[in-house]
Amino acid sequence: MNLLFTILTPFLGAILVAWISRCGRSHAAWAAGGVGLAALAWLSPLASGPFSGMTHIQRIAWMPAVGLDLAFRLDGLGLLFAGLILGIGLLVILYARYYLSERDSLGRLYAYLLLFMGAMLGVVLSENLIQLLMFWELTSLSSFLLIGYWREREQARQGARMALAVTGAGGLALLGGILLLGEITGSYELSVILASGDLIRAHPLYLPALVLVLLGAFTKSAQFPFHFWLPHAMAAPTPVSAYLHSATLVKAGVFLLARLFPALSGTWEWSHLVGGVGLLTLSIGAFTALFKHDLKGLLAYSTLSHLGLITLLFGIGTPLAAVAGVFHIINHAIFKASLFMAAGIIDHETGSRDMRRINGLWRFMPHTATLAMVAAAAMAGVPLFNGFLSKEMLFAESASLATQMRFGWILPLGVTVAGIFAVAYSLRFVHDVFFNGDPIDLPRTPREPPHWMKVPVEVLVLLCLLVGIFPGQTVEPILAVAAAGVLGRPPPAHDLAIWHGFSPALWMSVIALVGGALLYGARRPLFAWHERHEGRLDARRVYEALQRALFAFARKVTRLLDVGSLQRMLALFLSFTLLLGWAGGEMSGAVGNDTALTGPRALLPVDGVSGLVAVALVVVSLAVVALHRRRFTALVLIGVVGLLVSLIFVKFSAPDLALTQLSVEVVTVVLLLLALYFLPQHTPRESRPSRRARDAALALAAGGGMGTLAWAVLTRPYSGIGDWFLANSVPGGGGRNVVNVILVDFRGFDTLGEITVLALAGLAIHAMLESTRLEGPRQDADGRAWNRDAHPAIMASFARLLLPLALLVSAFILLRGHNLPGGGFIAGLVTAAALIMQYLANGVEWTHSRLPGNLHPVIGAGLAIATLTGLGSLFLGHPFLTSTFGHVAWLGDVELASAMIFDLGVYLVVVGATLLILIHLGLMHRKDSGSETAAVPEARRWKP
Amino acid sequence: MEALIALSIGVLTACGVYLALRGRTFPVVLGLTFLSYAVNLFLFAMGRLAIGRPPVIRAAAVAELAYADPLPQALVLTAIVIGFAMTAFVIVLALKARAELGNDHVDGVD
Repeated sequence: MNLLFTILTPFLGAILVAWISRCGRSHAAWAAGGVGLAALAWLSPLASGPFSGMTHIQRIAWMPAVGLDLAFRLDGLGLLFAGLILGIGLLVILYARYYLSERDSLGRLYAYLLLFMGAMLGVVLSENLIQLLMFWELTSLSSFLLIGYWREREQARQGARMALAVTGAGGLALLGGILLLGEITGSYELSVILASGDLIRAHPLYLPALVLVLLGAFTKSAQFPFHFWLPHAMAAPTPVSAYLHSATLVKAGVFLLARLFPALSGTWEWSHLVGGVGLLTLSIGAFTALFKHDLKGLLAYSTLSHLGLITLLFGIGTPLAAVAGVFHIINHAIFKASLFMAAGIIDHETGSRDMRRINGLWRFMPHTATLAMVAAAAMAGVPLFNGFLSKEMLFAESASLATQMRFGWILPLGVTVAGIFAVAYSLRFVHDVFFNGDPIDLPRTPREPPHWMKVPVEVLVLLCLLVGIFPGQTVEPILAVAAAGVLGRPPPAHDLAIWHGFSPALWMSVIALVGGALLYGARRPLFAWHERHEGRLDARRVYEALQRALFAFARKVTRLLDVGSLQRMLALFLSFTLLLGWAGGEMSGAVGNDTALTGPRALLPVDGVSGLVAVALVVVSLAVVALHRRRFTALVLIGVVGLLVSLIFVKFSAPDLALTQLSVEVVTVVLLLLALYFLPQHTPRESRPSRRARDAALALAAGGGMGTLAWAVLTRPYSGIGDWFLANSVPGGGGRNVVNVILVDFRGFDTLGEITVLALAGLAIHAMLESTRLEGPRQDADGRAWNRDAHPAIMASFARLLLPLALLVSAFILLRGHNLPGGGFIAGLVTAAALIMQYLANGVEWTHSRLPGNLHPVIGAGLAIATLTGLGSLFLGHPFLTSTFGHVAWLGDVELASAMIFDLGVYLVVVGATLLILIHLGLMHRKDSGSETAAVPEARRWKP
Repeated sequence: MEALIALSIGVLTACGVYLALRGRTFPVVLGLTFLSYAVNLFLFAMGRLAIGRPPVIRAAAVAELAYADPLPQALVLTAIVIGFAMTAFVIVLALKARAELGNDHVDGVD
């Protein structure tokens, strides 16, 4: 379970931190740090496993029937990434505490960061690929929140949207790729997929699967041509950039390449697609970075180029190149995180990121300058710093490939040129910022930052040096197990020494260093040239043009169908539905075929009363339509229709439905009456005869269709699953009213969902009405002034007398519901109707002062009771909402089931939501007239 | 009897559709109420019709045919309550539209 908890801890911690942050910034920081450490603590007992060559797999059965398990996997690669995510995450949490100003909510940033951390851990520790994809999508979502953290800034919102659109689209492609892989291998488990590499590569679906998976990886890792979102994501706060663009988000893409390396690599397609894209991104990133004046812009393009480098290494595909790729993942994470943090410090202390203005900072912050220079040297690949080692491995690999294939010489040439540019932009970073004259017109006078803000940078820079100087003692063990995790077997012999003799790789390094220095020396004409040609090739423009075209297309389609008329939409919708129904009938040969229509089931005889009810129903329904312009009349008549429907339920053996329909009818009519007060009393005659004829035709067709369908069904025999419920109601649910037992026991989970919907509807209505001001009419439909007399004394007295009786009845209905018609829904409606009666008879003011006006606690209590009943059974080791029952002797022989407590929750929600809706509509009247206060004089008030 | 129920469902549907196609909010709400009657009855009818056989277990009754199908009934029971919540929501939406837009046309334009 440890791996599950490692992943869950940040998710739960995010809620905790968001809540704690109200106590202060330091509390939030400590809590976030604590959460990170806790996740690390869950992981650490397992950390020794990969070192002894074990792959740890934990499985939790989730939906065993369809073969879906929660499955986690910890091997060397997962361990390395989890360590990077948690380690750098902790440093970023410390750093962010000092970076963010007082105005920005630290709790929100930490909550997002932890969400993201959990999602990333999920990606790197998943065994099941579908599960991996879920976490993958979560990283897209949480990085959207992180990049858009400063939501009031247009740039941040734009950057966040772009990142989400690109990585989200990639996620879709990845889903396709994963489904294809599952199709090929018959499993979504990594252990199976990694072991069947030969099967996958020989399969005809290999190429589509590869392309789709690569689309996912390339969008995430910002590879060409999807690279444009990454520089725009720099609108995020710098701690976020330091986290997302060093160790985590963009590394998820290369992680995927590494993860699926044994399954997909080793083909012509792999090496050309992955290698080619990697080389392109490496070169474009390194070239563009040199010309960026924004500090973070330079680092963003440098990140692109380093990601390209890693992709290229995996694309080369030899085991040694894969080792180098993993090594560079580590090195890049370390030095790029520290560089982003240093850039953040500079931004924080000077108020600017423009390298044309921040010059000569050496004098103001020598300590920070030293740290940044070490990290920049690592980025450039200077010997004795960690970046040098992995870069030299790349040089060696590309040099050895040069002679093995056609156009092989492009590879060493490309990486050397990219190396030259990398040295040049690193040099620019150091020289422009810390030397090169004096600062120009800075908003703030720079000085050293607070001590603890520098500590994370110091830690990372120390690692750069340790890895760079003593690679064998520091990084070798974890590199070996991580590479073993990538390759699926022990890695080939590799030598992490600094000095390999005069090899081609050394000469390439020398060329890069010298060439870079020369290039930077000649920067003035180069910059001038670049400025003339800037913006010629911008993938962002393509993206924006595509986006515009998509929106325009969507608008066009919408305008074609939607002209802003509900009536027309509805008529279209109905016509289409009728057409579908007709086509279905036509195809099955039922249209115009009498024998197909009527089934063999024996018909029930018609009795006189039933015939009368049916005739009444038809007549009254038609009357409603005929008289619908007189709204009050129509409302009274529709109440009659509802009562007739409940009579139908009575006749056909559904006492529960009849009771429900009856009580719902009462509250519905009251509700519509209350609402009608604020609406016009008449409907004007607007539609032309032709429109009315069209609507009548549609209505006849729809009614005819439904009637025919009902007839066809009713005359056919069937066998359902109802018998099972009838047989098991008493032995399994402890109740004799099967409908109620289904509701509160067998299908209790559905009922829980339904009362939640009811509660939500009540709350939504409450929210809508709260800010609404409505003007009531001065007179009624016939022009008479509204009567403002006191409430009739007889009705008021009777309503009060009836209340205890009605409540008693509802309690009775609630209690007997498990065995006889009744239950929480009906009892709740009866209670609500009884209380509404008081409002009607005694006025809002009188009743409101005697009833709890705030109904939210009632709804909340109902939901809580229903949920807790379910959780109770979970606690006792049974599935959610398992019920139990027993006999109680002290009230005669009463059978009590735990499901009845659930029914109590249903009752409370129904009472709460119904009253909430009706009372708030009633209160609108008070707001409107304000004269109800005098309805019942104080002396006449009856106080219980 | 089956014909009567089929007829009732048909008439309720037709009335509901006609009213739902009107241009003012109140008739539309009445139309939706009609449609929920019709749909509830239709769902209920899927369990076929049975007279005098409520699905409440009695000690004496043993034959399988002694009870009506309880499943559609349970389904319809919650549907009735949810239908009420929907009616309430729509009518309040109508009130809100009237308050904000000053008229009760479904398109918000008088």
